[in-house]
Amino acid sequence: MRKKMIAQKNDKLKSGQNELFTNPDADDAREFFRTKSRALKPKLSTVEEVVRAYLHDGDYIGIGGFGANRIPTAILHEIVRQGKKHLGFAGHTSTHDFQILAAGECFDRCDIAYIIGLEARGLSPNARRYMESGTVKITEWSNATLSWRIKAAAMGLSFLPARNLMGTDTFKYSASKEIICPFTGQKYVAHPALYPDFAAIHVHECDIYGNAHVYGASASDQDLAKASKRVVLTTERIIPTEKIRQNPEATFIPFWCVDAVVEMPYGSYPGNMPYEYFSDEEHLRKWLTIEKDPAEFKKFIDKQIFGTKNFYEYLELNGGIEKMKKLRAIELLYDQK
Amino acid sequence: MAEYNQIELMICVAARNLEDGSTVVVGTGAPCAAAMLAQKTHSPNICILFEAGGVAPILPAMPISVGDSRTFHQAIMASSMPEIMETCQRGMVDYTFLGGAQVDMYGNINSTMIGTDHSKPTVRFPGSGGANDLASLCWRTMMMTVQDTKRFTNNIDFITSPGYLQGGESRYEAGLPKGTGPYRIITNMAIMGFDDETKRMKVISINPGYTRKDVQDNCGFELLWADTIKETHTPDESELRILRAEVDPDRYILGR
Repeated sequence: MRKKMIAQKNDKLKSGQNELFTNPDADDAREFFRTKSRALKPKLSTVEEVVRAYLHDGDYIGIGGFGANRIPTAILHEIVRQGKKHLGFAGHTSTHDFQILAAGECFDRCDIAYIIGLEARGLSPNARRYMESGTVKITEWSNATLSWRIKAAAMGLSFLPARNLMGTDTFKYSASKEIICPFTGQKYVAHPALYPDFAAIHVHECDIYGNAHVYGASASDQDLAKASKRVVLTTERIIPTEKIRQNPEATFIPFWCVDAVVEMPYGSYPGNMPYEYFSDEEHLRKWLTIEKDPAEFKKFIDKQIFGTKNFYEYLELNGGIEKMKKLRAIELLYDQK
Repeated sequence: MAEYNQIELMICVAARNLEDGSTVVVGTGAPCAAAMLAQKTHSPNICILFEAGGVAPILPAMPISVGDSRTFHQAIMASSMPEIMETCQRGMVDYTFLGGAQVDMYGNINSTMIGTDHSKPTVRFPGSGGANDLASLCWRTMMMTVQDTKRFTNNIDFITSPGYLQGGESRYEAGLPKGTGPYRIITNMAIMGFDDETKRMKVISINPGYTRKDVQDNCGFELLWADTIKETHTPDESELRILRAEVDPDRYILGR
C-alpha cells in the first residue's frame, strides 16, 4: 500500500531527454534475426576482411571484454586503419578500446557509461580532448544500464525495468523512461533494448564455427553476442569441435551468434587476457604520456597503427614473443627467468 | 601513538566499517585496500565483489582494473557485470565505496562533468561507470576523499550518483530502493554520517590534528554536528603493519 501511495504521488513520470541512438524495437530485431544464418559452417577469416565485410560507416558497435581486459585489439586497430567513420559506440566499461577508437576519431555518437579513463592508470588526454570538443553526440547511462539494455536485446525484448538511475542527472541525460509496475505500483526505470549492428569479442578458444570458451569475469559478453546483429570473434587459439562437444556446458557463445572467426594469438595485447598474459602497463603508460602532446601522439599512432601492416607487426614493434613471455609470467605470478 | 599519513587513516577507518560476513563492491585503489585490510584483520569472511564479475577472490595483489585477473584470483566465482549488479538490486550487497569530483550536503556525487552545458563540458570525467548503480542499489554507500570547499559543495554541476537527492524522503520518492543511501563520508579531517530526518551531512568525529573550524572551513556547505563529537580512532600498529606489508607493499596507494 505504501508503494502505491508513492506511485500516486509521482503520477508525472519522467523521461530522459537525450537521444536514443539505436532502434529498440523487438519485432524489427526479429525480422533481422530471421535472416541471420544459423548454418554450422566454417567461418575463418582475417582481421582485414571482417572489418571490411561486416562493419560499415555509420554502424553502431559494441566491444567485448572490460576496457583493457580481454579486448579485441586487432579489430580495434583495423577499424582505425581502415578509417571507419561516424560509428555509434557503446561506451560500456570502455577504457583502452575507447582510447583507440577516439584516436581514430571513428565515432561521432556515444552511449556513455564509462569513457576517457583507464581506471587506476588515469585519464586519456586525447580521448578527453575528443569528448570535450563537442563533436560527439552523447547520452548518459551507467554500466548496469548498458548491461541491462544489452540483456533486454539478448532476451528479444524492447526494454527491461530496473531500479537505478532515478532522481539523478545521469537519468536526465539518458533516454530511459520511468514506468509503474502493474503488479505492485512501484516506480521503475525502463531501459531501452540495445541491439548493436556489430560486435567484436576476444575469446580464449573457439572452433571454426564460432563455438567459444571464455574464462574469467565476462562483463556482458554473453548478452552482447546474442544482442548484436553481426558478431566477429578473435580467439587466442582455434580448437577442434570435439573439445566443444566433450564439454558442452562450457560453451560460452554458440555458433549461431557468430558471423566470423579470426585466430589472433595475444589478441588482447596490451590488455590483460585472464590465465594467458597480464596487461602491458608500460605500453599503456606510454599511450597516456604521449597523448599529452597531440603532434607526438599523431606520430605515435602513425607508427603503431597506420605504420604496421597488421597486428603481428604491432606485437613485434612492442617486444614480440619475448614481451609476451614476460606478461605471461606476471599473469601467472611467477618470476621470469 | 603510531605514525600514519592521511590515506592510511582513511583506509583504516573505512576498513573498520566493514563487519565480518558482509558483502562489499569495491573499485581499484583505496576502497580495495580497505576491503583487503578488513579481510586480513577483523573480517576474515567479508565477501569482496568487483563489478566486472569477480566474487570473493583471494587477492594476490592490488588490481589495476576492476575486471583484471586479480579480481577473480582463486575466487568463488568469475561471473558477469549483470550478475553483480542484479545481486545488488536483489538487496544482497551491504556496502560500496564511491569517489567523485564533487559531493553535496545530501551525499550526491558528481563524476561526470564540470560545466553548465552537458553537450560541451568544460571538463569531462569518465561518467557513472558502475557508480550510479552501486549508489542506487547497495544498502550503504561510503566515500573516502580529501576534503576542501571545491569538492564539498552544494553547487554540484551534475548528479551522477544519488545520495539522498534533495533530502528528507526524496530519495525513496524518486523510486530508489527503501533503506539505501549514503552512510559514511570519510575525509582526511573528519568522519561524517547523515541526519536521520533531513538527510544532511553530519559530522560524527574529528580526526586528530584538526579542529571543528578546520572541518567547517574546508566544506562549501553548512555541516550538521552530532551531539557529542568524538575523536577519530587512529590506526593501530597492527593495522598499519598489515596495510603496509600485506595490502599495499609497493605503496601504490599509500604513497599518494
